Amino acid sequence: MGGTALFFYLFSTVMIGAAFMVISSRNPVHSVLFLILAFFNAAGLFVLLGAEFLAMILVVVYVGAVAVLFLFVVMMLDVDFAELEKGFWQYLPVGGTLVLVVLIEVALSVGAWSIGPISIANVATPMPPGMTNTMALGRVLYTQYFYLFQAAGFILLTAMIGAIVLTLRHKVGVKRQNVAMQNARTPAEAVEVRKVASRQGI
Amino acid sequence: MLTISLSQFLIVAAILFTLGVAGIVLNHKNIIIVLMSVELILLSVNINLVAFSAFLGDLTGQVFALFILTVAAAEAAIGLAILVCYYRNRGSIAIDDINMMKG
Amino acid sequence: MYAAIVFLPLLGFLIAGPFGWRIGARPSEIVTTSLLFVSGALSWIVFFQVALGTAPASVSVIGNWFTSGALQVDWSLRIDTLTAVMLVVVTTVSSLVHLYSIGYMRDDPSRPRFFSYLSMFTFAMLMLVTADNLVQMFFGWEGVGLASYLLIGFWYEKPSANAAAIKAFVVNRVGDFGFALGIFLVFVLTQSVGFGQIFAAAPGLANKTIHIFGLDLDAMTITCLLLFMGAMGKSAQFLLHTWLPDAMEGPTPVSALIHAATMVTAGVFMVARLSPLFEQAPAALSFVTIIGATTAFFAATIGLVQNDIKRVIAYSTCSQLGYMFVGLGVGGYSLGVFHLFTHAFFKALLFLGAGAVIDAMHHEQDMRNMGGLWRKIPFTFAMMTIGTLALTGFPFTAGYFSKDAIIEAAFASTRGGAFYGFLLTTLAAGLTSFYSWRLVFLTFFGAPRWAAAGHGAGHDLAAHDHAAHDHEAHEHQVHDHEDHGHEGHALDPHESPFSMLIPLGVLAVGALFAGLIFSHDFIGEGGPEFWKGALYLRPDNHILEAREDIPGFAKQLPTLLMVVGFLVAVLFYFLAPSLPGRLARGAKPLYEFLLNKWYFDELYDAIFVRPAFSLGRLFWKGGDGAIIDRLGPDGVAARVVDVTGRVVKLQSGYIYHYAFAMLVGLAAVITWYVASGVR
Repeated sequence: MGGTALFFYLFSTVMIGAAFMVISSRNPVHSVLFLILAFFNAAGLFVLLGAEFLAMILVVVYVGAVAVLFLFVVMMLDVDFAELEKGFWQYLPVGGTLVLVVLIEVALSVGAWSIGPISIANVATPMPPGMTNTMALGRVLYTQYFYLFQAAGFILLTAMIGAIVLTLRHKVGVKRQNVAMQNARTPAEAVEVRKVASRQGI
Repeated sequence: MLTISLSQFLIVAAILFTLGVAGIVLNHKNIIIVLMSVELILLSVNINLVAFSAFLGDLTGQVFALFILTVAAAEAAIGLAILVCYYRNRGSIAIDDINMMKG
Repeated sequence: MYAAIVFLPLLGFLIAGPFGWRIGARPSEIVTTSLLFVSGALSWIVFFQVALGTAPASVSVIGNWFTSGALQVDWSLRIDTLTAVMLVVVTTVSSLVHLYSIGYMRDDPSRPRFFSYLSMFTFAMLMLVTADNLVQMFFGWEGVGLASYLLIGFWYEKPSANAAAIKAFVVNRVGDFGFALGIFLVFVLTQSVGFGQIFAAAPGLANKTIHIFGLDLDAMTITCLLLFMGAMGKSAQFLLHTWLPDAMEGPTPVSALIHAATMVTAGVFMVARLSPLFEQAPAALSFVTIIGATTAFFAATIGLVQNDIKRVIAYSTCSQLGYMFVGLGVGGYSLGVFHLFTHAFFKALLFLGAGAVIDAMHHEQDMRNMGGLWRKIPFTFAMMTIGTLALTGFPFTAGYFSKDAIIEAAFASTRGGAFYGFLLTTLAAGLTSFYSWRLVFLTFFGAPRWAAAGHGAGHDLAAHDHAAHDHEAHEHQVHDHEDHGHEGHALDPHESPFSMLIPLGVLAVGALFAGLIFSHDFIGEGGPEFWKGALYLRPDNHILEAREDIPGFAKQLPTLLMVVGFLVAVLFYFLAPSLPGRLARGAKPLYEFLLNKWYFDELYDAIFVRPAFSLGRLFWKGGDGAIIDRLGPDGVAARVVDVTGRVVKLQSGYIYHYAFAMLVGLAAVITWYVASGVR
């Protein structure tokens, strides 16, 4: 059983270190890469907690899509990042102190957390025994939370449309094909017949 | 299977959360890092949810973690799209220029 | 019948006031005027029955007004000789003024309003003279004040008229304050405000003292002085006279009715009516004498140098009112009332004549711009001359009987202040003669100064003015003026319409013969059976007999001075026209002093108006502005602006500031959570 603890500490330490590097690294590309590392380790923690499906989703969605999207944007935009670093040290004393206070207090309050018997009695959807995590999640998701699941799908659709609308732009002066107009053309407006006098041209 | 208690997961999540908040406050000029910090905060929330789910034996937490992932992905996509738009219009992504909400 | 006299004018007011705009100007005029004439005719019947005949004095109660404890106030009509005299004066002059106004106000767009005010005034005045208690008298007193205010400010688009109206109202408030206090005191002393009870109780109150402000004062003296204060305000006596000349801003018929014949004599009437009280207060009567004499002299001196035709007559009114109070003050109440009676005729005549002159001159009031008018408007000239003769006391005209009687009584009286009264009234008689004839000479004789003005630089303007009046002037043309074609003349004086001339004629008859006819009844041997006790005289008051037995020189002195005044006026304005100017330059300080009316307006301005203004400004700027507003609404509003100004700075627009604020809030919440141990 020492292995679990070992992996817990390994994943936690690496994840926190990577998160720290995300916010403190000078190069945003490095930040994105450290973000990916943090996600990987979070996925490891999820596996430790027995949530394999979420772990895989995290890897696929975040590492495969979101983080890459970040990377893409960071590289695409030609930004002077040195300029953007100003003010980091200026806010460090106040911000750092505040954050530290919050951290200590949260740690104090959750350090001795124990789950009371009432909470256990009020469990909404108990994990069915003898079933894989993915299967159990699927059963709940497609039955009890079906409408929420659909709503989540709509949110993604909306986000997709929104992103396209925001970033798509028509360049003026670029010729495009208009199929409808092409089909609607008649010979009368497409062809003009002229008498051409010899030696004169049009 | 667990010798690791719930509290330890919660503390890890709290550390991750504070790092995310600190990232927002300290890197206030770089909106990309701010967005990444938001992702970190959401991740810490997810860790909390999954940890509670596991220790309570309740699947609801994981379901909601799934929804949060969905929303986070949508948020990241939209956020980055806005960022690109803004960069096109202004030629910069410095937050100092974004103060149209000034009262 | 008594009620009809009083309430017919009210009916006229109620018809012409609210409905005048609907029935039109002409019906309003006809209704109010004819009702007034009915009322006037009834008044003469009452006069013949009650005063000259043998009908008994009566009190008819119309109804209860209010009752509060011992205080019981009725609406009632007290008809005795004094009331009958006042009824005749008021309704006669009022009906003639109504008739006159039909002509005088013919161009005015708001005639219904004017006639309704006139009728309302008449009603209030009749309520005053028929009152059987002090409260109803006060009602009428305030009613005539209101009507006076409305009529002085009738041309409300003129700022000077508004100012004059307000001045009249405010100055009268001072007097009315005293009057009200006097009424309270009477009630305290007699437990009643009804005349019957008061008069019955009055002899018992002589020499009674009242404890005020740590002093033991003679109750009747204090009461009578307070009541007389009201009379001073209403009758424009010295110190409270300043409103009367300014009141000339109103239309001229108003000046004739209210500010010459009736309302201003209300004070005289009140003192005469309350003669049982004043008889018990010799000190107060001395005061009345002194104030009256001072007014008579002082107003006459101012009248010497005024140039506005109406102001001269206004000061003359003021002066004559002084005579009346001298008559009352020496104990000859009938003398004062008789002078009131005759004065109403000739002063209304003078005012209406002045109105006719002003009308002829197209609303020019400055006598320096008149002259030579007697050829143009001979009838008006004749009427004005009759009025002047009566006013100056030419033998056998009205003023000769009434005014000289007062002077004689002042000589004969042994009361304190009587000789002072005799001296000043005699001097004033000479002054009166001078300024009256000065008015006549300046207006009707000499070179026509208006023609020169018309042909001069102001020709275009004046011609334009003339064009505006052209139509009206010719429509009402009475006087034939074949030798003066109106083309080329900017100003063409014309005789007034008949509706204005008839009242002049009627009043002229009164001015000539009222004294001759009535002096026997009013002040002669027929007095006791004429008055029938309406005026109370103490058994030791023998002034009426004593005035007959004075030396001859004292009797002839006023007439002599009248002649002297006339001769001086002839000298100044006929024989040596440059003399007045030289005199004015030679005695410039005196001339300025008189021209500025003894600087009373300036004095009051410095003593009352300015301090009131600065006090008001102190309260306004200091009390209201600096304390209430600054600490109250303005202060709160300014703090809100300050705070929001700072809050706006928090709204920097930078998202990270908001995020930071959220972080601080989060830290605070968690700190509270941890510290308080909430689980």
